[in-house]
Amino acid sequence: MKHLIPEFDALRARFPATFASSLVLPCVRRIQEDRGFVADSDIDELAGYLGVPRVQIEEVLSYYTMFRRKPIGRWHLQMCRNISCSMRGSERLLAHLETSLGIAAGQTTADGRFTLSTVECLGSCGTAPVLVVNETYHENMDTARIDALLKGLD
Amino acid sequence: MPGRQLLMSFPVTATSHALADYRARGGYATLEKALASMTPQQITAEVTASGLLGHGGAAFAVGRKWSVIRLNDGQPHYLCANADEGEPGTFKDRWILENAPHLLIESMLIASYALQVRNAFVYIRGEFDLPFRRIQGAVDEAYAAGLLGERVLGRDFACDIIVYRGAGSYVCGEASGLITSIEGKRGYPRNRPPRLTVRGLYQRPTVINNVESLANITGIVRDGAEAFRKVGTAKSPGTQLISISGHIAKPGVYEVEYGYPFAKFIHEDCGGVLGGRKLKTIIPGGISTKVLTAAEIEPLKLDHASLAAAGSSMGSGGMIVIAEGTCMVRLLQVLLRFYHHESCGQCTPCREGMGWMHRIIDRIVGGEGRPEDIERLYEISHANDGTTICGMGDAAGYATVGILNKFRDEFEYFIEHKRSRLGGNLEVLPNA
Ligand SMILES: Cc1cc2nc3c(=O)[nH]c(=O)nc-3n(C[C@H](O)[C@H](O)[C@H](O)COP(=O)(O)O)c2cc1C
Ligand code: SF4
Ligand code: FES
Repeated sequence: MKHLIPEFDALRARFPATFASSLVLPCVRRIQEDRGFVADSDIDELAGYLGVPRVQIEEVLSYYTMFRRKPIGRWHLQMCRNISCSMRGSERLLAHLETSLGIAAGQTTADGRFTLSTVECLGSCGTAPVLVVNETYHENMDTARIDALLKGLD
Repeated sequence: MPGRQLLMSFPVTATSHALADYRARGGYATLEKALASMTPQQITAEVTASGLLGHGGAAFAVGRKWSVIRLNDGQPHYLCANADEGEPGTFKDRWILENAPHLLIESMLIASYALQVRNAFVYIRGEFDLPFRRIQGAVDEAYAAGLLGERVLGRDFACDIIVYRGAGSYVCGEASGLITSIEGKRGYPRNRPPRLTVRGLYQRPTVINNVESLANITGIVRDGAEAFRKVGTAKSPGTQLISISGHIAKPGVYEVEYGYPFAKFIHEDCGGVLGGRKLKTIIPGGISTKVLTAAEIEPLKLDHASLAAAGSSMGSGGMIVIAEGTCMVRLLQVLLRFYHHESCGQCTPCREGMGWMHRIIDRIVGGEGRPEDIERLYEISHANDGTTICGMGDAAGYATVGILNKFRDEFEYFIEHKRSRLGGNLEVLPNA
């Protein structure tokens, strides 16, 4: 994470001086964007840089669903299965994804291309069902649009 | 649109979210007026007089919350806009963040002036992408234009806004969970008292308001409390952004004037039930509010008192329409899975209760239900009442009791016949 320190310094300057602890979430997020996951060495270095206990960072990593300690596939497909999406077909689309990719939700394809997850409501219920690919929302999905989308992901 | 409009009153275009367009609509003139001619106390008095009710779910009076802050108490005060928008069925704050980010910023500046806040935060749910880019972009524009920072509009008033991203946790939308999250920790809700307006972020007095609550501030200060009260009903002044989804022909975000007829909203404004089906039931304000049947909504008006009289609530405005043919047992299964997943685990009744209810509903859906399961779900729902740190335990109980009360026969049928009377359907295809 050391190469990110100039960025973290800039971020820190925007917060009140007493808010060092608040930087844990944004720094962890940036580390994960950079490396794909958060490694043990990142935790040590970030704890040292912010002057917060190591355990605080570990707790944050285990608490928030968006953070991960292990690498995942190049494309992270996240299907919402909360109520409005289910009512508009997301259970059917999830089954379609599982068959197309040959994996169950929670797994990664052997070639490391795709990781499939289920997520809870993403605030996109009016354009349900929604599939998030890495950071991007794909709304009003159906099987044809999923097939076209998968083809475009290398 | 159903009634008069206060927030969605401009056409959305490719540039309507940008500073130039906002200024052309009169943007930041209210901030200018407030800083030039009003005292902080006058602003809070105006907000109190407007009767504005919070839009985060609990409908708490905004002016009353603000009035707890003691000006000149020698402490820093903080303001947080709650943009966590996690209540399933709710996506209206997203409309403001995407289309009117400067309205939120101007309102937060006026609020910060009224509450003597130097550092304000927008806590936005971690998954949001475009809404984040829009609000962050607007904050950057505002800094470049001298609307944020050391000397706002060249005056002796300093204010910073930081957009803080969550990382996937429903309870971080709860005000005290939000605060622990901004402190860079697990988003555990805290016991109250002390109230957050007394001891909030880093133990300092903190006001947390929903994005939509704050977005109303500019209009109230611009036009006055009296003008605001002319919209809506006496007890529910103004409007509410309702995000409507599920089996509805025209899903989306609608600004509804309080007092507007419920049935007319569904059948005319929103185009009626998807595929011309019959309406079965509606979750009126996010999944934590009790369901209302088609017959129950018929005479109702959309305002707090009417929905409370019918045993439910306007909640967060996340309305979910459920068509005839939908299996309520499967629907409750989705809700209980969600609550179990999101329980932060601090309180025993919530942690154990959510897991227990989830296991029971899974068992029923798996054809292994027992006759006593229905009573058990009632008991666990009530066990949470008032015994937990935050409102989530209660909310799960309300949702469950609401569905059991009205659709008990479906649960009994499922348990007796080991299958759904309605094929287990949640998706009801148009005319399928
Ligand atoms: C479990 C739980 C989740 C909540 N999620 C949100 C949310 O996503 N957005 C929100 O504005 N309020 C949410 N609230 C309500 C907040 O605690 C708080 O009341 C609200 O943000 C205050 O704003 P208001 O007074 O302007 O409505 C939630 C409450 C609970 C108990
Ligand atoms: S009620 Fe549930 S979610 Fe809320 S603090 Fe207690 S355990 Fe956590
Ligand atoms: S239910 Fe899927 S985005 Fe809300």
